[in-house]
Formats: sequence, C-alpha cells, structure tokens
Amino acid sequence: MIPMTVNGKREQVDVAPEMPLLWVLRETLGLTGTKYGCGVAQCGACTVHVDGRPVRSCITPASAAQNRRVTTIEGLDAKAEHPLQRAWVEEQVPQCGFCQSGQIMSAAALLARAPKPTDAQINEAMGGNICRCGTYQRIRAAIHRAAKAPGKPKGATR
Amino acid sequence: MSTLRTPRLTRRELLTGSAALGAGLVVGFRLPGRALGQQRPGVFAPNQWLSIDRDGLVTIVSSVPEMGQGSMTTMPMIIADELDVDLSKVKVEQAPANPKLYANPITGNQAYGGSRGIRDHLALWRKSGAAAREMLRQAAAQEWNVPVDEVDTDMGTVIHKPSGRKLLYGALVDRASQLPVPQDPKLKTPDKFRYIGKEFARLDVPSKTDGRAIYGMDVRVPNLLVASIERIPVVSGGKVVSFDATEAKKVKGVREVVQVSNGVAVVADTFWAALQGRKALKVTWDDGPVGSVSSAEIMRGLQDAIKEKGIEAKKVGDAEQALAASGRTLEALYFVPFLEHACMEVMNCTVSITATSCTLWVPTQNPGGTQQTAARLTGLPLEKVEVVTTMLGGGFGRRGEQDFVIDAVETAKAVGAPVKVIWTREDDIRHGFYRPSTYNHFKARLDDAGQPVAWWHRIAGPGILSWKGRIAKGTLDGSVVAGAADQPYDIPNVLVEWKDKDYGMPLGFWRSVGSSQNAFIVESFIDELAAAAKKDPYEYRRALLGKSPRHKAVLELAATKAGWGRPLPAGRARGVAVAFSYGSYAAHVSEVSVAPDGKVRVHRVVCAIDCGIAVNPDQVRAQMEGGFVYALTAALYGQITLERGRVQQSNFHDYPMMRIGEMPVVETHILNSGEAPGGLGEPGVPSAAPSVTNAIFALTGKRIRSLPIRTDELKRA
Repeated sequence: MIPMTVNGKREQVDVAPEMPLLWVLRETLGLTGTKYGCGVAQCGACTVHVDGRPVRSCITPASAAQNRRVTTIEGLDAKAEHPLQRAWVEEQVPQCGFCQSGQIMSAAALLARAPKPTDAQINEAMGGNICRCGTYQRIRAAIHRAAKAPGKPKGATR
Repeated sequence: MSTLRTPRLTRRELLTGSAALGAGLVVGFRLPGRALGQQRPGVFAPNQWLSIDRDGLVTIVSSVPEMGQGSMTTMPMIIADELDVDLSKVKVEQAPANPKLYANPITGNQAYGGSRGIRDHLALWRKSGAAAREMLRQAAAQEWNVPVDEVDTDMGTVIHKPSGRKLLYGALVDRASQLPVPQDPKLKTPDKFRYIGKEFARLDVPSKTDGRAIYGMDVRVPNLLVASIERIPVVSGGKVVSFDATEAKKVKGVREVVQVSNGVAVVADTFWAALQGRKALKVTWDDGPVGSVSSAEIMRGLQDAIKEKGIEAKKVGDAEQALAASGRTLEALYFVPFLEHACMEVMNCTVSITATSCTLWVPTQNPGGTQQTAARLTGLPLEKVEVVTTMLGGGFGRRGEQDFVIDAVETAKAVGAPVKVIWTREDDIRHGFYRPSTYNHFKARLDDAGQPVAWWHRIAGPGILSWKGRIAKGTLDGSVVAGAADQPYDIPNVLVEWKDKDYGMPLGFWRSVGSSQNAFIVESFIDELAAAAKKDPYEYRRALLGKSPRHKAVLELAATKAGWGRPLPAGRARGVAVAFSYGSYAAHVSEVSVAPDGKVRVHRVVCAIDCGIAVNPDQVRAQMEGGFVYALTAALYGQITLERGRVQQSNFHDYPMMRIGEMPVVETHILNSGEAPGGLGEPGVPSAAPSVTNAIFALTGKRIRSLPIRTDELKRA
C-alpha cells in the first residue's frame, strides 16, 4: 500500500512501487484526464503536479508519490475555473484536446513561479509538451491571458 | 509579445458556448439498444439528424467523428440555424455506426476523411433542419387554423405574425410528427443566418480543459481487461512462428497470452501489467519477404524506376517534343520520405462480445468500416454490432484504418471478456500506414521571355489506393498524382506520369495525402522556373494563373497581407506557395531565417484560404494554424526509414514533433468566395512547406529538393 494525497483526497493504492504514477491515476484511481502519449517523458501529455511541481507521471514511479500531494487536471480547480482553464476556453485552444490536460498542468506550474511569464519563459516551461494539432499559438495566447486575469492566485496547487 | 491577436469570441458567444455544457453535450456514449431516426411517442424526429421532445429539448446527431476539427460544433450550428433553435440548449450526440442512416451522401460510406465534413453535408444538413422547421410551422398553422405563410419562427418558438400568438416547438411535436416531411424545404437566405458564418465557441472545448472528455483510451466498462500486443516486427508480411508465454504469465496481473493476427497479445488487469508481461514474452518470428527491405534499397529502386515511362496522369500538348526544341531547359529531382501520422492518442480499441452482440468503443474515423470488421470477425450480423465513436485524440487519416479494431476484436474473442487493446507509442510509430515516399523527376523549358512552354513531371513511388487493392494494378492511382496532375499553371505542354514502385510498405492517407508532397514538389519547381527566369516568384506565379482564378485570388490575398516585396529585417526572406486540395484553395507566405548552425526558423506565416463558405471562421483559422504546424513538422523533422523491414524510428526522440518555441505567428485570412463549400482539415497543409523552403532559397540560394530539410546543408561554415 502506498499512501498519497490525490486532488486533496487521501488514497492508499495497492500497486507495485515501480508502477508509473500515470497508470495509478488512470487505472487504479480512474482519473483518466491525465493522458499517456509516449511513456518516455518526451511529450508531456501525462504532466501532473507532485507537491506543486510538474512531473511526467509516465516515468514517475508510484513510490515517488508516497506521502506526497498529487494534483491532476481534475483537481486543478474544484469548479474547473482556474484562470488557465477559462483562458483555454476564451482562446478556443483545444482541437483534438488529447494533450491539453498536460499543457494546462505545465502552464499552471509555470504561472505559480512566474505569474507574468515572458515568451521565453513560456517556451522553456512548455517545450516539453507536444501538441500534434498545432495549437501552440493559442496556448501562448491563453497563458498570457490567464496571467492578466484578475482574482484568485493562479497556478499553485495543493 | 509576438502572439498574434486574432479576433476572439465575444462574451455573449462565449457564454452561449459554455452554457451548452449544462444543456448536456453528450459525447458518443449512447447506450446500446436505442435506435435512432425512429418515430417515438412524444418525439418529433423527421429525419435521423434531429429530434425534439415535448419539453422542447432538441437533440442533434453528429455523424462526423470529432478528431479536433470541430465538427461536433459546426454540424449542429448548421442544423440549428435552419431549424431556428438556440444552439446552447441543444443536446449533441455522436452517431452510432449505421450507414443506412449516417453514410456520407457523396461517398456512400460512414467513414470520414478527405476533409469531407462540411463540404459533403452542408446542403443535406441545412435541408434537414429546414424541413423540420417547415413542419413545425405547418403544425402551428393547423393548430391555429391560419395560413402557413403567416407563421414564422424564432429560436424554438413559432409565432403567428398577425396576432402575435406563440407556441414552443415542444408543444407541436405530436402534430408535426403526423405531417409528411417536405422534400424541398425553403432554406434561409444567408443574410438570415444566425450561426453559419459566425464565430461560435466549440461545444467540446470546456470538457477538453478539465479532463472530462472521454477518448478511446479512457473508456471503462465492467470487468474490463487490458491488452498490449507484441507486434510482428516487420512492417508487413511477417508471421508469428511460435511463442513462449511461461515467464509472461508469471507477471502479477497477467491473465492470458493469446496469438492474434498482428502478433501476440498479453492480456492483464492493467496496462502496466500487460506491458511487463509483454517484456517477458519470447516470440519467434518469420519476417517474410519484407524482412530484407531497407531504405537504401528503396531509394536505389526509386532511382531506377524514375527512368522508366509511367502511367499518364495528365497530358496537354506535347511536352516531350517541346522539351526537345531549343531554348533554356531546367531539370530537377525531388524526394519525399515516408511519414507516420503520430496522433497524440495512440491506437486503441475496446470491445465487449456476447453470443448475440458486439459493442466497440473506439476513436475511429470509420464507424461503418469498424462495424463491418467486427461483424466479419465475430460472425454477427451488422445490426448486432454497435460502434460507439469516442473522442479522437487526433485522426489525420490514421484512424480510418482497421488494424486496431482487428486487434481488439480478436483478443476479446480469444479471452471471452471485454478487452481494451492499447498500443505503445513505439507500436504506433513502427506499425503505421505511411504517407508514401516518392521520387520525382522534373523537366521544363522556358521561352526567351522566361515563360514555361513545357512541364514534364514523372513520379516514382507506391500508390495508396493501389497498395490497398482499391484499384487494379496498372491503372492510375489518383492519390499519387493529386496536386501534380492538376497543377494550376497555364503551360501549353504538360506531361505528368506515375511509375508504380511498391516495396510492401503499408500505406495510408496522411493529412492532405498526395497534395502533402506534390504541392511541395510542384511549388518548389515553379519557384525554380521563376528564379531561372529572373522573375519575382509571386509575380511569376500570378502571371501563369490566368486560368485558375481562385488560386490567383488566394495568392494575391496572402501576398498583400504579408506585405510581399516590402523590406524585411536583415537575415530574413519570404517564400510563397499556393495549392488546391479537398475543395479549397490556400496560399502561404512565410518569413524565414536560417541560423549559422543551419537551423530554420519560421517567424511569421500569412495564410489565405478560400473554402467557399466559412461556417465557423474561428475554426477555419484553427485548422490553418494546425495545418501549418503539421506540414512544418514534416518538413523540418519527418522521416520514417526501414532497416531489415523494420521501421527505425520509435518515439518522439527519433520522430520529433515541432514544439511551442518553434511556433511562428500564423495569420489567417479567409476569402469568402461564395463558392461551394470546401474542406479545411487538409487544405492548410500542402502549400505550407514549400512557402518555407522557397523562403530558404530566397535567403540562402540553396534549393531544398529533399525532405526533411537538412540543417547540415544549410550550415554556414
């Protein structure tokens, strides 16, 4: 049994310690918003936060999340109204949408440490996330839009 | 900040789109057993596309799978417009496989490729909505005992104009159901469109920002097992000789190991367990004849084949005679590689089979074909096979194929339980249906004024339709010559030929198919002619497009908006290209620089598109942005090579994708020509790459005649 907190909920998962967190989330806990894209940390579709930091869950063993706080796209905001989620709708970012959970989680981690990111910071933070539909222009616009959004603190996840 | 500010949605439109969620966007999860298009009590369903219940709830059925192109929104926009209902209150469902009801009216198949969503259905869907509206008006006229032409509608309400009396659509469903369906209903005039041609927020977008959207990978059904298949390593023609599953079965969670057509399936409680089991599996393979094929051999074969006469695809005048005449001649060879689609969601399929039925949950572009495949493999009649089309994590032509369906049906049959087969990324790259690699020989002659008088183009390579057996060997494969045989320039002597050269590489339809390579080749060679004639490449094209006015119009629009001819910062140059594909005309002007290490950087792209009518302009722009990225990714990085019949690439480290830091600003201008609707998924691709390589030529003098672009050839020592 590996204890971890997922989207604010205490979980005990009965899996092999080396099983990637991605499959723990998707198959053991049924949180399918986090996607498999490559299995080797090349595409970012599996990005989640562990203790607020972005990780590629496809290469993160379950044991590495022991007693940690894991946040997935489902837990980013209780009402799915994180400034990035709103900006993603306002900029009409997704096409097929498969990569977008990972994109948003990478962007949320970026805004948590750089509330007004430059284009260069966006390139650096989002460079690990592939979008095969080519929505990069809108991703950039949505991150800038979210950074300008008034209201609650952005990015940090608990 | 360099991000282009495109006009975005107004607050009202945004609210409208988001509100649709509350109204219940239902995505592809119709439960088995409920037939569509049937008259049910209390439901007005004049055709298979829409129904209205007594509470006024409108349900629209989308037949086109949602693979990112926005069909799940555009299609309801069209029907809601003619039906005159509030789209934010419409429930959208994905059609089940039922070609009798949902086949594409042009192709006759319930399969979606070729950017055929709007262009093949616009008239039908408008008519379907208009017919229902007309029946509701008639029902109201009966109810009130007034002439029907005194009855109008407004967003789900019928109104008697003289008296101001009103009834909601829901109140008329029983009476309307009794009326005959008009075959030729009156359509709205474009000035009355409420949705068509307006920006409308996609209905599926909110669910794609919070993890709710369900793709094939995400399907969960009771007692589901998960399988991973150790696939036959050669790309085609190989076999399993024997396998030893002793160690695989010792892996915790592995249930069964079974042989299927495409390899050996390890079936487990979880995907992770299946993968561990797969690693422990020992298989002996028979590679078959393709086991000796390598890319070097294919290249040598193409170099030989290009010397032989092929099948004529286009003949105007006598190009060979014209080439023999005196004057300046040019000659060039062009090569394009095999490419894999690399959908973000790897191939997968979930199947549940009982003695009397089969249900598939699958991200497919081909629900009709899936139903046939499953019926054939299970022995069940077609109507006992239910296909639930989930969201597709990319399609690009790959998901029209049946291999992943065969995997899942065979595995589920063998183990007698519901099974989801999930591929790995390595499986996906190595077992694709590849965009054909071709070798091209060009000859042209220019007259004294630099105008082309002969254009001679021979293509050597395999053909998709021919390889798939859809046309007889020895006949012309239109997929190979699309964009080449119909090159738009007014040249008096033209010969385009295709020499079939097939190595057993599985072939498929890759976003924009033949035009994906032929536009690169044709638009590069015409650029060579312009350079040889010492003419401006834009003006040179323009002068030759007299018989192709729609090409000319998008070319002029792109050039004007790009500021063609205006000075650029040092180290940058522009390139231009234009192409027709899938019913639409597109032109690109790209601004490019090349770093000292040879790395190509595209800064700004201006795209002009004439798709006849832009139903949802924001999604037209989205497709042009995405099409450019798809094309530029291929031009910069894309190549699939073979060694001993095995694909050498395996994942994104050796089959790289463009990333955000390489993204140029893409600016799209829509030319509303008012012509018949054209496609959008594909037409953003063909002219993209040549606009970049032509810019590289303008900047460096180096002509790119082989893709992908090699940075070592552009490096400045």
